[in-house]
Amino acid sequence: MKIGALALRIIQQFVRDRRTLALLFVAPLFVLTLMKLVFDGQNVAPDIGVVELPSTVTEQLTSADADLDTYTSIDNAMADLRGGKLDAVLAFQDGKPSLTLEGSDPTMNKAVLLLIQNTLRNQVNRDATPVVTYLHGTANMASFDSFGPVLIGFFSFFFVFLLAGVSFLRERTSGTLERLLATPIRRHEIVAGYLAGFGLFALLQATLIAAYSVKVLDMYMVGSIGYMLLINLLLALTALTLGTLLSSFASTEFQIIQFIPIVIVPQAFFSGLFNLEAMNPWLQKLSHIMPLYYGADAMRGIMIRGEGWGDWSVDVYVLLGFSALFALLNVLALRKHRRL
Amino acid sequence: MGVSKHSFILEWSEPTMGAPLQNSHPPAIVLQDVSRSFNHRTIINNVSLTVQQGELFGLLGPSGSGKTTLIKLMTGIDRTDSGTAHMFGVTLPKLEMLHRFGYMAQSDALYMELSGRQNMAFFGKLYGLKRAALQQRMEEAAGLVDLTDHLNKPVGAYSGGMKRRLSLAIALMHRPSLLVLDEPTVGIDPVLRRSIWQELKQLTEQGTTIIVTTHVMDEAEKCDRLGLIREGRFIAVDSPANLLAQTGCSSIEEAFIALGTRMEGGAVS
Repeated sequence: MKIGALALRIIQQFVRDRRTLALLFVAPLFVLTLMKLVFDGQNVAPDIGVVELPSTVTEQLTSADADLDTYTSIDNAMADLRGGKLDAVLAFQDGKPSLTLEGSDPTMNKAVLLLIQNTLRNQVNRDATPVVTYLHGTANMASFDSFGPVLIGFFSFFFVFLLAGVSFLRERTSGTLERLLATPIRRHEIVAGYLAGFGLFALLQATLIAAYSVKVLDMYMVGSIGYMLLINLLLALTALTLGTLLSSFASTEFQIIQFIPIVIVPQAFFSGLFNLEAMNPWLQKLSHIMPLYYGADAMRGIMIRGEGWGDWSVDVYVLLGFSALFALLNVLALRKHRRL
Repeated sequence: MGVSKHSFILEWSEPTMGAPLQNSHPPAIVLQDVSRSFNHRTIINNVSLTVQQGELFGLLGPSGSGKTTLIKLMTGIDRTDSGTAHMFGVTLPKLEMLHRFGYMAQSDALYMELSGRQNMAFFGKLYGLKRAALQQRMEEAAGLVDLTDHLNKPVGAYSGGMKRRLSLAIALMHRPSLLVLDEPTVGIDPVLRRSIWQELKQLTEQGTTIIVTTHVMDEAEKCDRLGLIREGRFIAVDSPANLLAQTGCSSIEEAFIALGTRMEGGAVS
């Protein structure tokens, strides 16, 4: 009897809480759909720049679904490889094939190598195995080295988001926000105070994560650790402002947790953990509204390609823009509690 | 009006000195035809009220009658849907006026992880108190509510009564000319309750205006005037003695019930 009563109470609570109900049924479908879109999209066709290639080879590569760009000079091809327009450059020098891979994405490396080897094997000159060089990274760079930078960004984002969301919510449910708003503090001062207080911990967290992944996990890292810290801190700042903003729309800690599949998981998919080129092009555009995409892009550039400020300054501005937008919206959301 | 951040802190014993407007003694609170509703439910229904400076005014009513909402309208924390609210002659809501009153909320809005001293220092700083002045006011307010020996303990380890006292101390710390106390003595033992009421009386003698909500009837009798509130409107506003005389009852509790039945019968306009 008691068990029945308890079960009934829980069912009644669930029915009252529509959002939890929606989470239970809609969220798994949502995440599964995302995964399907990511893994089951179009085939990845590597972009290969070719220089002075025998026409038989070119034909074979084209029929094997590669996007070929013909160059007349190796220098132009290499420039486009550096600029990220190409995945690899195949050239014939002194009758021998030489292959240069962009190298950041091990999956793409493998795809290109397989394609080239199969093509050349069918050629008359059977022992013409290409000389393979890497623009970034090395042949034995593991997958983890490639998405490690993304994971670093993801985890600092995730935990700061949760922490900020829950503690701002506590402020509301414990009545201290109401008490706070009976003092002459301005709404933007509350938001700024949260930024400053949490900013300190975010900085510590960013330092710890960066040091740990480079020194302890020995992740592939050719860039500046200072830049890494900067990006990590900006990501944490975005997570902080987004977390406090969204906590205005939750009334319990549990409802904060419900934001994870809605806000956090999609960002993980779109941030470069998986190759977005396999995805429908219009869906790829979704990544542009996700803060983590910009953070991951910069982190990868810094750690794997050793890029400098000029290569990812846009990411920095976008992240700052996101933070400013979320903070501003938060100031507005506080109007719900006090108009002044 | 030029109510600067610092002038009012100094006018504790003479709260009218820097008061704005031509009138040297504007009422502490004036509400005119104030209404407020949430989600199409009317919580405060066309209420008018004037509280003079130095008055100890009690708001008495069952829970859900709109006491807390009324307090938020009086202090400009919330905005009226219709009607006007003035504090010391200044139209509300106004951010500067948040300096002028001390507020003790119904829930103990305290940070449980922090010590009593840290809580006091935090709120004190929000009112612009600094260093020596902050220290002095903290000692003073803590002494008033008998918490001096417990200031270094985390608030999570406080008893219910100690938390109420700390909330009261925080409300007193910046020496406001208006004190707004929402159920201040819940969970406080009778001895301390008496000493707190003595303290409140003394503050009104020095010119501080106090508005207190309660549903403890013997406390209600200690107020200069009482506003009996039901379903978002006043069913009577008068001194405890007059309320008793008017209804012919022997206690405020009975008077409240008598007036309530009358309202239901439609006898009170």
